[in-house]
Amino acid sequence: MSLTLDISPSGEMHAAAPAALEVRGLTKRYGGLVAAKNVSFDLRAGEILGLIGPNGSGKSTVMKLIMGIEKPNTGAVRLNGVDLAGKPAYKIARAGIGLVFQHSRPLHRQTVLQNILLGLLPDRLMAWRAAPEDVARARAIAERVGLGAVLNRLPATLPFADLRRMELAKAIARNPQVVLVDEPFAGLTGGEVKDFSDLIVSFRDEGRAVLLVDHNVKSVAAMVDRVLALYLGETIAQGSAAEVMCNETVRRVYLGGGISTHERPETVFVQTSPILQVENLSVFYGKAQALDSVSLVLHPGEFVSVVGLNGAGKTTLFNAISGLVPYAGNISWQGGALAGMTPAKIARGGLVQCPETRELFADMSVAENIALGGQHLPKPERTTRQDWLFSLFPILQARANQISRTLSGGEQQMLAIARALMMKPKLLILDEPTLGLAPVILGQLSDAMKLLRDQTDITILLGEQNVTFALPNADRVYVLEHARIIWEGSPARFASEMASAYL
Amino acid sequence: MKKQFSVVAVILVLVGLVPLTGVSDYIIGVLTMICFYAVFAMSWDLLFGYAGEVNFGPSFLIGVGAYGAGLADADLGLPVAVCIGIGTLAAVFAGLLLAIPALRLRGPYFGLITLVAVLLLQDMIEIFADMTGGEIGLSVPDVLAVSATVNFYYAFSLMVISGAILLAVANSPFGLILQASGQDPVEAQALGFNIVKYKVVAFAISALFSGLAGAMLVFYLGTASVSAMVDVAVGIQVIIAAVLGGRRTIIGPALGAAFLVGAGELLRPVGQMSGFIVAALALGVILLVPDGLLGALRGRRI
Repeated sequence: MSLTLDISPSGEMHAAAPAALEVRGLTKRYGGLVAAKNVSFDLRAGEILGLIGPNGSGKSTVMKLIMGIEKPNTGAVRLNGVDLAGKPAYKIARAGIGLVFQHSRPLHRQTVLQNILLGLLPDRLMAWRAAPEDVARARAIAERVGLGAVLNRLPATLPFADLRRMELAKAIARNPQVVLVDEPFAGLTGGEVKDFSDLIVSFRDEGRAVLLVDHNVKSVAAMVDRVLALYLGETIAQGSAAEVMCNETVRRVYLGGGISTHERPETVFVQTSPILQVENLSVFYGKAQALDSVSLVLHPGEFVSVVGLNGAGKTTLFNAISGLVPYAGNISWQGGALAGMTPAKIARGGLVQCPETRELFADMSVAENIALGGQHLPKPERTTRQDWLFSLFPILQARANQISRTLSGGEQQMLAIARALMMKPKLLILDEPTLGLAPVILGQLSDAMKLLRDQTDITILLGEQNVTFALPNADRVYVLEHARIIWEGSPARFASEMASAYL
Repeated sequence: MKKQFSVVAVILVLVGLVPLTGVSDYIIGVLTMICFYAVFAMSWDLLFGYAGEVNFGPSFLIGVGAYGAGLADADLGLPVAVCIGIGTLAAVFAGLLLAIPALRLRGPYFGLITLVAVLLLQDMIEIFADMTGGEIGLSVPDVLAVSATVNFYYAFSLMVISGAILLAVANSPFGLILQASGQDPVEAQALGFNIVKYKVVAFAISALFSGLAGAMLVFYLGTASVSAMVDVAVGIQVIIAAVLGGRRTIIGPALGAAFLVGAGELLRPVGQMSGFIVAALALGVILLVPDGLLGALRGRRI
């Protein structure tokens, strides 16, 4: 069964075709923060528009405003001339707009087929049975996105990429004219990125209008027809991918602040006794082995990066060290075994983890989040420490009274690190701090890492899949692949020995 | 799924045959109460397990059904079946009156409103004591049946029929949309579903069976009383039964009700301690197997 509408190859068609989606003067304020300011653009059928911008630029907000998940303060969202702005999401969905979520909670007791079928069901109360043609269509869509072989499996048994395929399938089930795609490539491997690009291009080729939200210009440049760049809620450039990439403003705010390397003279850490020693650590999740006899050593004051792709076992390693998952093997901390200690006791002992998921108290202000990290400190010390953190991350001082849920991703990450630092760690574990962050934020974070390394005696263990962030400040690098440590050495050696695979 | 169905069918047939084996009226009475509580717990699970809404006031719906039917009988002298119909409709109506504004709220407010509703109902019953009998309760002139066995079969049929309907609803496309609304409301709306509509209807269905069972319970016990049908403690029993049995399974809550009512009766000889022991057992199960009894059974089978 083919779902493809025949439309002649893109190009000349665009100029003539009327805009399917017209966005005019869209503005959204959260308290004093303007998340989107007077954003306007057209999106035509059979066209992919890339909406790019660093974290906090407002691109996710614009997408939510179009879908009706958030209501705009002012502005219009017209689909074929009908204004949908401010309508509830389900009406907008029925009008012909679909959203591919980046994160979702699939129905865990239902099979892949039933999950996709959900997207096809009519919004009617009296449906006792799914229509056979809906089931057939769900199967066809599953085939198309590459889930044909796993139709009857439960979502929990699927790999990450297949869960994302399921999201694609649900979003196109209702045959929307406009498809909004939220960061489709985050966390995917090279081959999967190719599959997803092909799928998204096929949406365009069958005449849909596609809005692709991403902060990585490079990965969308090959497939988008036009790009619109946002910064701090405002449009800063529009045009072809090449034009936008050359635009001076874009280069300055978006690509600017690249990472400079901060190599320091090879320090001799071997003579000190290790602060943390991990020996033959193995972790199983049911039958799956997440870590296989991993050993690593950290010396006081050292900056060590663990590099590995998604699913290599970094988070498991850190969670084992923090006492959050059971393990086999030995972990010793300042000479004593950690086994049997509660996660809270381990953290109070100075071994602090800043998790990938950040775990901020979303409804508390920035200042309250930081204060919670320093609960155990006497007041004067708390104040000095907070001042030091504000000098490390000046943006947090400016946002001190803002509710942390409304911060941008980069600001939230800085807050998570600041809160961890309030606990006076001897060892700070940072799990994927750059996940989902734009280059401009990476530069700021990297500078903060350098300050931490040079101005404090905190030992740092950094887990990253972004090698360009993991290397500059590191004294030593481990490579974790498929649950094992496969390489260890200096960043300089990494560049010559491992670079081809990771850079 | 088929295997599970046949296991349930066999258990039901066995339970249905118990009164014919010549057991005492007391045992039959316990089984009858289990059937009523099973309906309460299954109705509650449709809201909590599927729609993702915690209704802290199941006894509001039970109580409206009970007093609606009781007043219709005591004051108007209508036939029992009509009284039960009136009680059921009253519960659905009161439930909708409560749910339509409350389900528009986010977070824990829905649960809080349902809790307040119970207290309001309780106050109303006490304020209009000359009509409702207040704290003493409202005795009704009619009964379901005189024979314990016949009463049991009324309650048993109620349980089987409402359980079958609730299961069918839960496994229909409606149930699928309801689960999506409960688990990821933002995405469910973006897929084109008006989630408030589904939750309101789920609440109405839950109210229908709670109210029906409450109304029938009045004619089984011969009285409508705050302590048996409205008190927050009754609601808590229902909630514990459902969670104990296994969330999002419909059948599990019926098992939980059997356990809770059965254990309460078995432990009656120890007096005051029985309530404590049952609560401690329930706490243990919830802590050790958060998926409930049915969840634990399923886990073992795989």
